[in-house]
Amino acid sequence: MRFMLLFSRQGKLRLQKWYTATAERDKKKMVRELMQVVLARKPKMCSFLEWRDLKIVYKRYASLYFCCAVEEQDNELITLEVIHRFVELLDKYFGSVCELDIIFNFEKAYFILDEFLMGGEIQDTSKKSVLKAIEQADLLQEVLIYCYIDQVDL
Amino acid sequence: MRGLAVFISDIRNCKSKEAEIKRINKELANIRSKFKGDKALDGYSKKKYVCKLLFIFLLGHDIDFGHMEAVNLLSSNKYTEKQIGYLFISVLVNSNSELIRLINNAIKNDLSSRNPTFMCLALHCIANVGSREMAEAFAGEIPRILVAGDTMDSVKQSAALCLLRLYKTSPDLVLMGEWTSRVVHLLNDQHMGVVTAAISLITCLSQKNPDEFKTCVSLAVSRLSRIVSSASTDLQDYTYYFVPAPWLSCKLLRLLQCYPPPEDGAVKGRLVECLETILNKAQEPPKSKKVQHSNAKNAILFEAISLIIHYDSEPNLLVRACNQLGQFLQHRETNLRYLALESMCTLASSEFSHEAVKTHIETVINALKTERDVSVRQRAADLLYAMCDRSNAKQIVAEMLSYLETADYSIREEMVLKVAILAEKYAVDYSWYVDTILNLIRIAGDYVSEEVWYRVIQIVINRDDVQGYAAKTVFEALQAPACHENMVKVGGYILGEFGNLIAGDPRSSPLVQFNLLHSKFHLCSVPTRALLLSAYIKFINLFPETKSTIQEVLRSDSQIRNSDVELQQRAVEYLKLSSIASTDVLATVLEEMPPFPERESSILAKLKKKKGPGAVSVNELEEGKREGGELNGGGERGGDSSAIASTPSPSADLLGLRAGPPVTAAAPSAGSLLVDVFSEAGVNDDGFLRFVCKNNGVLFENQLLQIGIKSEYRQNLGRMYLFYGNKTSVQFVTFTTTVTCPGDTLVLEPLIEGGAQVQQVINIECLTDFSDAPLLNIKFRYGGALQNLTLKLPVTINKFFQPTEMASHDFFQRWKQLSLPQQEAQKIFKANHAMDTEVLKAKLLGLGMALLENVDPNPENFVCAGVIQTKAQQVGSLLRLEPNAQAQMYRLTVRSSKDTVSKRLCELLAEQF
Repeated sequence: MRFMLLFSRQGKLRLQKWYTATAERDKKKMVRELMQVVLARKPKMCSFLEWRDLKIVYKRYASLYFCCAVEEQDNELITLEVIHRFVELLDKYFGSVCELDIIFNFEKAYFILDEFLMGGEIQDTSKKSVLKAIEQADLLQEVLIYCYIDQVDL
Repeated sequence: MRGLAVFISDIRNCKSKEAEIKRINKELANIRSKFKGDKALDGYSKKKYVCKLLFIFLLGHDIDFGHMEAVNLLSSNKYTEKQIGYLFISVLVNSNSELIRLINNAIKNDLSSRNPTFMCLALHCIANVGSREMAEAFAGEIPRILVAGDTMDSVKQSAALCLLRLYKTSPDLVLMGEWTSRVVHLLNDQHMGVVTAAISLITCLSQKNPDEFKTCVSLAVSRLSRIVSSASTDLQDYTYYFVPAPWLSCKLLRLLQCYPPPEDGAVKGRLVECLETILNKAQEPPKSKKVQHSNAKNAILFEAISLIIHYDSEPNLLVRACNQLGQFLQHRETNLRYLALESMCTLASSEFSHEAVKTHIETVINALKTERDVSVRQRAADLLYAMCDRSNAKQIVAEMLSYLETADYSIREEMVLKVAILAEKYAVDYSWYVDTILNLIRIAGDYVSEEVWYRVIQIVINRDDVQGYAAKTVFEALQAPACHENMVKVGGYILGEFGNLIAGDPRSSPLVQFNLLHSKFHLCSVPTRALLLSAYIKFINLFPETKSTIQEVLRSDSQIRNSDVELQQRAVEYLKLSSIASTDVLATVLEEMPPFPERESSILAKLKKKKGPGAVSVNELEEGKREGGELNGGGERGGDSSAIASTPSPSADLLGLRAGPPVTAAAPSAGSLLVDVFSEAGVNDDGFLRFVCKNNGVLFENQLLQIGIKSEYRQNLGRMYLFYGNKTSVQFVTFTTTVTCPGDTLVLEPLIEGGAQVQQVINIECLTDFSDAPLLNIKFRYGGALQNLTLKLPVTINKFFQPTEMASHDFFQRWKQLSLPQQEAQKIFKANHAMDTEVLKAKLLGLGMALLENVDPNPENFVCAGVIQTKAQQVGSLLRLEPNAQAQMYRLTVRSSKDTVSKRLCELLAEQF
């Protein structure tokens, strides 16, 4: 996967994750263009489209569009389910997730995505494993944990 | 973090963009003062502020501070602080080397902490940043973590994907060597998560080093077989909506596509069984009504079909796959229809399933007509093209033509090319072909590229049986009150050649033909008018009775005093030719064009390379490139209607831009049709050595682009003119070039002249002697695809030679002075070209040195002298070339005051003779 974007019906970008080095300027341009293309599409249209040299797989959940750019040889249907599994993970973590959860807890959304995908590839497909990793991290919140290494002084 | 939540709501409540920016600036000032303040911040505040900065950055504002605080956080031993620190660093990658050193240090500590959560965070950061520096620091360490026996599963997963990311950015730094077999055996790992992560890495490595990883095939087959045969609940959490491990299954099937069918009969049997099971399952009633269930199941099915197509050896499976896809063609899910069309496209090219695919023709035509989504219609058009053969060509071409009338602008050009190719490829009678192409021009003239109308002319000229029909048809087509300029071009050319074949009919008498053509003249662009003028002079030859009328036209001020040089020149020359040449001379000069050499159509060559999405390998590309190079000659000749005319201006040839309509940025889609011919990595230096002894010529050429060079040098300065010629009819978008020079040996100033987009001037100054040539990088978009090309610019040290004349005595004296062993470079080599004295002389003169006569006692030998002018110093050089005609060998000796110069000159010259 090259990148994943979450944006609202109104064209507000809520989350972006890039898996290849891209200049900020190009990112902004691509996001703008792609949002325009996807938002212009009608509900019954197919979830795949060719855009530049990429395949775009997208799906709308309530007010949010989840949009992945994958390589030519990648499997579209399974990418669609990558999106769905990510939504399930968010849902499970936030308890029926809504756009506001992602706005106010954007860092958590990034952590969940990172546990699920790394470098654009699936790290684990098990809902339990991914959420366990996140929950473990939450348990550690504000609790000093024993560190095996000498602290680096800066 | 309350403060963060408050800040986010503040931003959300801002009524205008200005208010938002104001609020953000206030916050930035606040954070800045906190970071700079005397009071040390506690971890919590630091985390909060870094988070706010991150939020501001994600809103699209620039952030140029806070990195230090983030590094501080990631070195903390509180997990949440560390996590935020890593997140900030991953999102706002910074190239400050001091900072990178600190980050790498923190990562190193976390990697060796043996705390799995910390190790995962560090691995995530490496994968997120994925820079070369990171690869240099950690590429050696991560494979160790990946295969170590005591590494936790979650860490293994992260390590595998982290390594994959580094391999993608810096493959040279990731050396698997000793780890290979242990990595392959991760496919057997008990933990499904580990296998899922590891297989992505293994697939990528197998693509690059198939032999080293080929043991993965049997492991993958047995893993797949276990999954496929498991019940839907066996795999617990790895079952997704009643489908066992869909992601892993897809990845296993994808991995197998890196290899040919297994040779081991048992393994192969097991795999075929798996594929059959997958096909069988597609027929079973669904276990759930949820779309997730069917998506997951079908994802595996499509991947299995891809593998079946990849093997292309099991007729039974191929036909079953085709039938399955046929069912999907009429499925109510748009997604499935789209994928079925796409997948069937590749099936159509297999000899085993081509016939089976053809049975679905009516459904596909229907899809082309009724699908509401243009992306699906595009797939349908692709499939029609792929399934076309002699038996159904007429039907398919007719359907595509009628679809063109309403087709979306974005796919018209591609459709036009496809129709043109099918019409030619499957033409049984050529009148059908001519009809089709003329229809094409009528319906979608703007999208008909040069190649297409050149080709129809080539074919008409080469086939006697169709010439009369073609003349009659174009004549009729031109009757339309508004006809496309491309039609005028084809009409002008064909009537100019074969108008006599229909002149017997009073309705198309010579004068009627001429008046018809001339009625279009004033609406046409300059190149078309030039073509029409040539048609007129041909008329004078074909029909002497039109002579006075045409001379009248040529003589008019609007022709003979036309402000366009090309038109004026043609008018003047044709007028003169028609008045002074005798009929015999005229008949010889204006004789019918000879047949074009039978070559493959250049448009066909274009499309040949599209074998199906993604199926183009490097080999095919290279093959295509070679073909393209040859074929373009054919294509150009076909269209060169000025062959009988005066010299066309060279700039027009090079430009190639003015024929063909300008296309708006949204329209061209030919990019998907043409493969990316530049995609091979590395520097193209084919043309480089040809320029050692000359300064002008064509440096590079392929189907898209031609680059010509003119250069001049004086003393240590030079100027190079690069001419970029677009050979397509479509505009290149965002055409940029960069010139880089290794080392500080040359100063290059590229100047792009305003207005003239096609010419680039580079000023060159030679500071000191050098060996590495400067590189020219060219990037542009053609259609959708980014083209990237790097060429060596032919700037070589010998360009800065000043010839020095000297007598025999002086020469040998200097020769002896340069007697230190390192001052001399010598090479003995075989002749690559005929040993022709005159050619040799010309080459040596082109080198830039003075060729000294009567110096060497042996008259067969050549000696030269010159001084290389660089800013830093002057380097005197002497050269001696001794041909041995009997052995077809040369001995080349160069002596100069600087050893590197002798060496370089010797290298350059050894390739020239």
